[in-house]
Amino acid sequence: MGNSALFIAVFLACAVEAVEALTIVLAAGIGRGWRSAIAGLLAGLLTLAVIVAALGPAVSAIPLDTLRLVVGGLLLVFGLQWLRKAVLRASGNKALHDETAAFQATLAATQHTQAGSGSVVPDWYGFTLAFKGVVLEGLEVVFIALTFGSNQHNVALAAVAAVAAVLVVAAAGVAVRAPLSRVPENSMKFVVGIMLTAFGMFWGAEGAGAQWPGSDLALLVLIPAVGLYALILVAVFRRREPRPNALGNSMSDEQTGNHA
Amino acid sequence: MIRRIRAFGAFWYGFIVGDDWRVAAGVFLALLITYLLSRATTVPTWWIVVVTVAGLLAVSIRRASPRPPDAKETMTQ
Repeated sequence: MGNSALFIAVFLACAVEAVEALTIVLAAGIGRGWRSAIAGLLAGLLTLAVIVAALGPAVSAIPLDTLRLVVGGLLLVFGLQWLRKAVLRASGNKALHDETAAFQATLAATQHTQAGSGSVVPDWYGFTLAFKGVVLEGLEVVFIALTFGSNQHNVALAAVAAVAAVLVVAAAGVAVRAPLSRVPENSMKFVVGIMLTAFGMFWGAEGAGAQWPGSDLALLVLIPAVGLYALILVAVFRRREPRPNALGNSMSDEQTGNHA
Repeated sequence: MIRRIRAFGAFWYGFIVGDDWRVAAGVFLALLITYLLSRATTVPTWWIVVVTVAGLLAVSIRRASPRPPDAKETMTQ
């Protein structure tokens, strides 16, 4: 896999997670006050930094085959989760992920909860909401960057791609002060699901001792093959009449607590 | 304390396994078979994961897709 493919894969995957984290932080900030939301955001980033500092050296010390087996297996399970939901959404069997609906739902929930009091953190509810959003979504960013980077012996480039994705999304969020509903998130998730599944299959099987025909070039066949298969599944399972809520009016994943 | 441990376990279960535990179990089995066959034989084993993933994805989506009413009626007849 070339450096550009590594950068694109990590950038896209991390951008999706960053959009979700941003939506939660914006809802906490607008609904409960910016001081607590920003404190939660900073505490979340600090927690993530500690996790990276602890995980980074540990990951690089694991033998490559073991790393590829474990990481490939995890990526494959992750990728199949994403791809399964993406196919279900694209075929009309599941509500599309709607950041505007998720933002409005989170905002409404924050406004129905009474504020606490404190000097450093005036509102612990807003703090906790922002903190959890940043840590949970950030954990996925860290996982993706570390695993992709360590497998390709280029953690630095993966880290740059992850940070670039987070900065681009954060800058866009600050500029518009609204959820990034114009980002084609469902399409991005479809692509990321395909990439995670293809890379997971490749690394997992290789770590387990399989030899891919053509070695690394097999990825050039695997990625489009997984994409084509996913599109076929969309066509096979497409609902003839869309569900009443299939276009984003129903409970979104944020409301149901489902984050993939 | 037990509640916190349960919540911690539930978080990691949801984070890694997700909605359909059969997918995670299938991936684990496919990698285990690939590992064992690769060490015991010289037969190519790359296809095991490919075939398993194709099957798991189709079955998992099939299970999560609501059946159309006419299909249910046909099945009960």
